[in-house]
Amino acid sequence: MSLFQPTDIVRVLPEIVLAGFAILIMVLDPFVGARGKSSLGVLALLGVAGAAASTHWMSQVPGMAFNGTVSADNFSLYFIHLFLLVAALTLLGSVNYLERDQINHGEFYALVLMATVGMCFMAASTELILIFLGLEISSISTYVLAGFKRHNTQSNESSAKYFLLGSFATAFFLYGIAFTYGVTGSTNLSELNAHLDRSADWSSLISVALLLMFVGLAFKVSAVPFQIWTPDVYQGAPAPVTAFLSVGPKAAAFAVILRVFLVGFAGTSSLSLWLIWVSAILTMSLGNLAALWQTNVKRFLAYSSIAHAGYVLVGIAAAIASGSSEATSSVLFYLTAYALMNVGVFILIAHLAGPGERFTNIDDFTGFGFDRPGAAACLTVFMLSLAGIPTMAGFFAKFYVFRAAIHANLIGLTVVAVLNSVVSVYYYLRLVVVMYMREGKAEASTADLPMLLSVAIAVSLIGIFYLGLLPDSFLAFANGAAKHLR
Amino acid sequence: MAESMAFNYFLTVLTFLPLAGALSIAFIRPEAAGRIRWVALIYSLVTLALAIAAFVGFNPNQSGFQFVEQYPWISSPPIGYSIGVDGLSLLLILLSAFLTPLSILASWSSIHTRVKEFYLFLLALETGMIGVFVSLDLFLFFVFWEVMLIPMYFLIGVWGHERRVYAAIKFILYTMIGSALMLVGILYLYKVTGTFDLQIILRDLPGMWHSLPASAQAWLFLAFFVAFAIKVPMFPFHTWLPDAHVEAPVAGSVILAGVLLKMGTYGMLRFCLPLFPQASRDFAPIVSVLAVIGIIYGALVAMVQPDMKKLVAYSSVAHMGFVVLGIFALNINGVEGAIYQMASHGVSTGALFLLVGMLYDRRHTRLITEFGGLATSLPVFSTFFLIVTLSSLGLPMLNGFVGEFLIIVGAFHALAVYAALAAVGVVLAAVYLLWMYQRVFFGEVTNPKNRDLPDCDAREKLILVVLVLVILWMGIYPNPILRRLDASAAQVVQRVGSTSTQMAARAPSGGGEGGERVR
Repeated sequence: MSLFQPTDIVRVLPEIVLAGFAILIMVLDPFVGARGKSSLGVLALLGVAGAAASTHWMSQVPGMAFNGTVSADNFSLYFIHLFLLVAALTLLGSVNYLERDQINHGEFYALVLMATVGMCFMAASTELILIFLGLEISSISTYVLAGFKRHNTQSNESSAKYFLLGSFATAFFLYGIAFTYGVTGSTNLSELNAHLDRSADWSSLISVALLLMFVGLAFKVSAVPFQIWTPDVYQGAPAPVTAFLSVGPKAAAFAVILRVFLVGFAGTSSLSLWLIWVSAILTMSLGNLAALWQTNVKRFLAYSSIAHAGYVLVGIAAAIASGSSEATSSVLFYLTAYALMNVGVFILIAHLAGPGERFTNIDDFTGFGFDRPGAAACLTVFMLSLAGIPTMAGFFAKFYVFRAAIHANLIGLTVVAVLNSVVSVYYYLRLVVVMYMREGKAEASTADLPMLLSVAIAVSLIGIFYLGLLPDSFLAFANGAAKHLR
Repeated sequence: MAESMAFNYFLTVLTFLPLAGALSIAFIRPEAAGRIRWVALIYSLVTLALAIAAFVGFNPNQSGFQFVEQYPWISSPPIGYSIGVDGLSLLLILLSAFLTPLSILASWSSIHTRVKEFYLFLLALETGMIGVFVSLDLFLFFVFWEVMLIPMYFLIGVWGHERRVYAAIKFILYTMIGSALMLVGILYLYKVTGTFDLQIILRDLPGMWHSLPASAQAWLFLAFFVAFAIKVPMFPFHTWLPDAHVEAPVAGSVILAGVLLKMGTYGMLRFCLPLFPQASRDFAPIVSVLAVIGIIYGALVAMVQPDMKKLVAYSSVAHMGFVVLGIFALNINGVEGAIYQMASHGVSTGALFLLVGMLYDRRHTRLITEFGGLATSLPVFSTFFLIVTLSSLGLPMLNGFVGEFLIIVGAFHALAVYAALAAVGVVLAAVYLLWMYQRVFFGEVTNPKNRDLPDCDAREKLILVVLVLVILWMGIYPNPILRRLDASAAQVVQRVGSTSTQMAARAPSGGGEGGERVR
């Protein structure tokens, strides 16, 4: 048996391209003057574009690569596209930010690309060890990114917290893998599936393994009770990094949850359902209730992102309970809608907060709506979409998830979810209230939106309305991906 | 060919024309306030013309929905862009299209700040309102129902009075709690029937109850009903209304009272009764009691209000209690009276809010004690006010009478006590409205500030003359409207399968008599 086939390379081509560009950026970094660092950002964008182009060849050769450890299927493709989108939007929103706050170093761009490589491997691999490697690659890159403002104590705190708690969580995940291997003798998800299917009397150790892995993943998606780190990390990290953190690693961890719970551990669905069900209720409720009291925009968006993780968990619970690919596809759809809204809002806030991110309190936006109608309107759209108002992506995403949950007969869970989404309307509208309905002079930056940022915001807004009004074609894409999760 | 094309998309054009107006306003410079007002007015007038054309072109002898348009929108889950009207929705569309230009005219000089955004939201709101009434797909209905909240939220929150933010948030949260539960109901219906298309659900659902849990119908009824009861608002859910009304700008109050409240009762007629007949019959006694409580309670609270706007707001609680009572009488008189009363209340209460707004423009207060003897200084204005007051309390020959009469007849057949208590409500309405009128307009001018107020200008006269003409038309010759309601009212009653033996008491003659008798 040869180590690998030539086509295997093609099946991981996007990751290779991204990693290649990341290395290239680090090599070029010393040779580029302080003023030219932004060109490295453009290079990173080119890398993302190259990776996106390479998915075309990857999709030509579906199948397993490297002895069944990586799967080039539609599910992987969907997530790779999603991660590339998130990376591209983050990069577009970062270049001017880094210049403004004088932290424009080449590593930033390389780290974003490396984190994306890790995320792609998390979503694409069907082997727990490789998933773990992907998790580590993305985690370590994001630990550094969170502390990228080296001279800012909040950023340092953010990085340290994320690193300490994150390494605990990955340790739990690894421990879970060890247990799994001990019980079943395999770390391959499809073999696990077969094994758990065959042995009806799976030992209780497998429950322990599942629980441990869930702890690790729940940390990454900031599901309650493993969400404690989220507000501090999101608040302290540079806002474009927060944009990336709140979506990328989260979506990757959800991809892993889908693969592990729906494929590897499909045989233990009663336990998984119970775990996810409880976690979903706690995550939504705590995220939303805590968000009500926040006075800082980044912090309330942190709690909002916890709440959104809860809605995604509702979709996953529906997928486990019903086993229908429609439920899985609702989760995939949700993640993309969430990515557009959340990355968009964070990179916009990054700009509006002004140099050094001084103005991130909600009150800093008093009267902003009529000072800067354009930017305020964008912010309003993001808020309304996050709140789930129809004609925007956030609404359809919730609608699909709730439909799947009702279909799986999880009516109680759905009622909790819809009531939660009403609560969330209150705090999302608070920013709108402050912007439009209170008199005052806005502190928030009135500098014009830089060109690259405008492109990113425009892409998010168009995406939000496209998914919110004509979700059909995109849903077909998500459905196709969900069907391949087997 | 061109004509038939236009006809095919008639309702779509009617629905989205105001939105097109809002988009055109978006491209006008904010400083050009005059131009913005005219653009808004013209779009709303063209919409009104289309609505009148729909009203005239509607065939009253044909049952079912007319002007139907159906296109697939989303394939999985199957969601259609499916719209159409029957007599019920047609009347409410006409009402929305009628009140919007009046609101635009009424805001002509009272809104000076952020004029562009104001008219933009007002027109967007109109599309939302018409959309709610034309939707024949549960999903589409829900989309319009929710989207419409956003412009109203901004209208109250940005252009309202002192406690506007509180009122705006309360308004949106109350409505959303209801609609969130309705969404669960809609999704459950979808799970059962596999479609969001109202007409298919109406056809298939009756045969499916036996395969569902026994309590399913009651829960579904409640999921929809609570959403609508909050919107109406019915007695224990009414607390958002006085706040929203008092804080809203005049145009907001007019639209809120005139159209938005009707969405609740519209929803009951369109969804609760036909979809869940058994549950509707089971819950009818409770709902009727709540409606009667609303009538009496609203009237008593209105009586002691020192603020005119609040008084009118509480009178809405009482009047809408009548509408709900009529609907849950579950017979044709009650239902038809309720629909008529919906339109009539929209006109009268809209007019009352406009009048109170005109007073506010002059004196910047709405406290009854600040006024007195206005009849001498404002003769024209006080005449108009009197006519509208009389119409609101249900004087025969004016619009309020027809609906209230039919409702009381219907309620009598359901249970005589309801009718008796509702009649007490009519008396109480006379008390609080006339007492207010007396304190504001009669007697000596005690407050020197009231002495030299300007009477109605041409713009105000135009608004009021139009309103009074409609009030008279609806009171004297209700037949053109009632004729168009027959089929839809009969269909609702037939679906709910009323136990009442009074089905045969044909409403058009009853309504006609109401008008005849006073003549």
